[in-house]
Amino acid sequence: MIRYEVLQNIAPLLRDHLVVCNIGIPSQELHAIDDQPSNFYMLGTMGLASSIGLGLALSQPKTVIAIDGDGSVLTNLGTLPTIANNPAGNFILLIVDNGSYGSTGDQPTYTGKKTSLAKMAEAAGCDRVVECQAEDTGTVLQAAIEAGEMTIIVCKCQSGNVKMPVITMDPVVIRDRFMAAVQA
Amino acid sequence: MSIDTRIVDDLVANDIRFVTTVPCKQLAGVIAEIDARDEIYHIPSNKEDEGMGLCAGAFMGGKRPAIIMQNTAIGVTINALATLIQYYRMPLPMIISYRGELREPIACQVEMAVHTKALLAQLHIPTYHFHHQSDVEELDLILKHCFMSSKPVAVLTDANFWGGY
Ligand SMILES: [Mg+2]
Repeated sequence: MIRYEVLQNIAPLLRDHLVVCNIGIPSQELHAIDDQPSNFYMLGTMGLASSIGLGLALSQPKTVIAIDGDGSVLTNLGTLPTIANNPAGNFILLIVDNGSYGSTGDQPTYTGKKTSLAKMAEAAGCDRVVECQAEDTGTVLQAAIEAGEMTIIVCKCQSGNVKMPVITMDPVVIRDRFMAAVQA
Repeated sequence: MSIDTRIVDDLVANDIRFVTTVPCKQLAGVIAEIDARDEIYHIPSNKEDEGMGLCAGAFMGGKRPAIIMQNTAIGVTINALATLIQYYRMPLPMIISYRGELREPIACQVEMAVHTKALLAQLHIPTYHFHHQSDVEELDLILKHCFMSSKPVAVLTDANFWGGY
């Protein structure tokens, strides 16, 4: 199962919550599968989806799901201790771990080798870390939403992308309609 | 009133409720004061671009943010400033310790100091330089200007402003 199929499976769960989606192909895929005003698409700034999601979760009561990638988390590893030490019960970090830099041509990342992001999250102090296979992501995500406890999900899936159009929406429009969804 | 209290009073008076910090010796008093205030959620970050992500999220969640950092961080945050804060048009007050200016004891700090204003100018970021303690009187207006214009705004505070090193 590749990321696109994971996103297709969990789209019905995502649409009722605030979603911060990682730069590049993940955002393009989510946008094509189920565009929602409650989706914040990152058009740049690799690595900051988890930070944006945490800041958002700490500042308002709705559930926030940050969809990140293995490569992006590796580029902002300092995020894990910050998440662990500032727990927000309404925050879920879903790391789609396909062991590759998907948006740049599937170059392998270290998580496909010796590095475990789940263990790194645990070592950083995150209390609820769940590693799962791609097929189980929906079940694990649903449980995390219901738990109301900050959860890091590491979803192990295969690398590969589905070709989707680039998002041409103006960034200020993305931000404005997202903020309206936050307030709604 | 101490300069630290004065600065944090201005942040609170401008409804800033979410502050991320990466420490600098000059900023120790301000950071301690932020940490002590009930009105402000203080979230230390491990790197300044991470902090800008946190601030972007807080802003979209309805809280006014600010970041406290050293000027060396300009070298780390240009991408986050251009492609997140500016691209999505968000306000972000940056209270910056301006190391490498007059009274600086560490030569290496001068190496980033000479680039700081040029980089901020290249990014078209409104920039204010606090050199004398009385310059703090403008902070309230600067914060209002920042949220009015929805832009990142830099306040460079040097060693002379902090009363020597
Ligand atoms: Mg990946």
